[in-house]
Amino acid sequence: MSEPDRARPPAGDAEERPGLIEAVPVRHPWRWVAVAVIAVLTAMLLNLLLTNPIYNWPFVFEAMIQEPVIRGLLIGTLGATVLGMVFGVLGGVLLAVMRLSENPVLRGVSWVYTWFFRAIPRYVLIVTMGVLGALFPEGISLGVPFDWLIIDALGLSGDWRFVTLDAYAVFGGYFGAVLALASSEAAYMAEIARSGILSVDRGQVEAAQALGMSPGLAMRRIILPQAMRVIIPPTGNELISMLKDTSLLTGLPLTTELFFQMQSIGSRTFQTFPVLVGATLYYLALSSVLMVGQAWVERRFGRGVSPSATPRQRTVVAPAAGDGSGAQ
Amino acid sequence: MTSQSTPAGPPLVRAVNAIKEFGSTRVLDGIDLEVHRGEVVCLLGPSGSGKTTFLRLINQMERLTGGRIWVDGELLGVEERGGRLHVRKDRDIARQRARIGMVFQRFNLFPHMTALENVVEAPVHVKRMNPAEARRQGLRLLELVGLAERADYYPSQLSGGQQQRVAIARALAMEPELMLFDEPTSALDPELVGEVLTVMRDLADSGMTMIVVTHEMSFAREVADRVVFMDAGVVVEEGDPEQVLRSPREPRTRAFLDRVRREEQVLEQRAARELEDLGPEPSDPS
Repeated sequence: MSEPDRARPPAGDAEERPGLIEAVPVRHPWRWVAVAVIAVLTAMLLNLLLTNPIYNWPFVFEAMIQEPVIRGLLIGTLGATVLGMVFGVLGGVLLAVMRLSENPVLRGVSWVYTWFFRAIPRYVLIVTMGVLGALFPEGISLGVPFDWLIIDALGLSGDWRFVTLDAYAVFGGYFGAVLALASSEAAYMAEIARSGILSVDRGQVEAAQALGMSPGLAMRRIILPQAMRVIIPPTGNELISMLKDTSLLTGLPLTTELFFQMQSIGSRTFQTFPVLVGATLYYLALSSVLMVGQAWVERRFGRGVSPSATPRQRTVVAPAAGDGSGAQ
Repeated sequence: MTSQSTPAGPPLVRAVNAIKEFGSTRVLDGIDLEVHRGEVVCLLGPSGSGKTTFLRLINQMERLTGGRIWVDGELLGVEERGGRLHVRKDRDIARQRARIGMVFQRFNLFPHMTALENVVEAPVHVKRMNPAEARRQGLRLLELVGLAERADYYPSQLSGGQQQRVAIARALAMEPELMLFDEPTSALDPELVGEVLTVMRDLADSGMTMIVVTHEMSFAREVADRVVFMDAGVVVEEGDPEQVLRSPREPRTRAFLDRVRREEQVLEQRAARELEDLGPEPSDPS
């Protein structure tokens, strides 16, 4: 306080007022060292990739467009990823809601399910699914549970079964593949969805209830859309994991799948390395597409919260025009 | 609507010996209160006196431990069948809540929806109102609270006062018979309190039945038909705002009002001092 003139810029017009700042920036010599090291390493890598004959690039691309490979890519890899994920997410949300319910039985069931399926490695689950038919030597029937007991008690004969399926065919096929992936995924998604739901402010539930919303409606319209913001980023990770884990379906065995098909070309032609490169390229490309999709979905659900996702408002046009739906 | 502040007909809200316990703590210890149609009642009292809890009981955010509360002649939370009380189902409670509007201290707007979508949400999805009609109604209500041109803004793009006004419009969209306000201006910056109180004053003038928990003594004096002073879970004193606020009968009321006045004075003095510090010419005090 002894020198007030120092603290404040001189106000008198006799003094020259400071202009724009033109200062020498801080130098970062180590950045240049890092650049040099990385440049050398990159050159070595490119050299390895392009000049090593083992890669056999023409063969890589030829293998990638073989018909069985494309079929495996679409059906086993992409198809099972999408179906496994859809049912995994639905199951996970259901499990999360059960876990947060006031009903202790539902809470317990959800906990046990999650405990069980998180403990089993996916590969083990898939292999087990493939031989699950052994449990049902007479096949799987749809009908009245414990029908033989009831029929016995009533002194009747026959059975109350409507359809009977071969259990090996059910669990060892595509259905079993999706079932294994989805049931494992649901356990992980349950935890993700639960943390998402818990992240929504308690006041939101109260506001929804105060407007007369039933618990279900409040969950669907108010809680879940906000929980999505927390749910989506880890779900994107799960989706990419799922894509990669379809390569485990060989264990079922499900053969219409990218990795198995690439490998079988490799073992037929003894070009084992190039087919792995081809598979890697496919997984890279697909993961990249999923990442773009994830970014888009994140923006969509960030509306009203993250600045980049909130559209600039338009001024309201002619209120009387009422163009129909209020949603969106 | 009809005659104001004349207690004719049955009360809209009737609480008899309302008791609320959280665990072994008794928060409300037998509240008796009647609110008639068109009446504006302000609940005053120190924090922890139970006034917010009482408000939340009326909207069944909390479940009553003892006593009874009726709204429009209907028992809240439970119903009597075959000589026994049965807890009402979620759906039934939701129906009862839909007739009561509630405004929260922290606004609780839905952040993923624009102002208009917030207002339209419940009429469309709870009342099954035609979306186009709900939209028209929503814009009318936003205009009522002076925010028609903010219809497409998200809550995060609005000031606290604007958010609270949207919240009032959202509650009104369900055409409630009763509006509950839980310290609606406590979370606002001082310069934003006025706009919310103005909307509430207009609402009171239009004949809405209102129960307001507030610390705004001037609002209570000017707008309320009756003030209720609560302390430690009981109603200490109630009556005409002028009488209760100017010459309270009960020592506890007097002590509370004195304290509030002292705090207001301290705040005013501090504000005045800050204005002086800012410069020699303080702008006109609003």
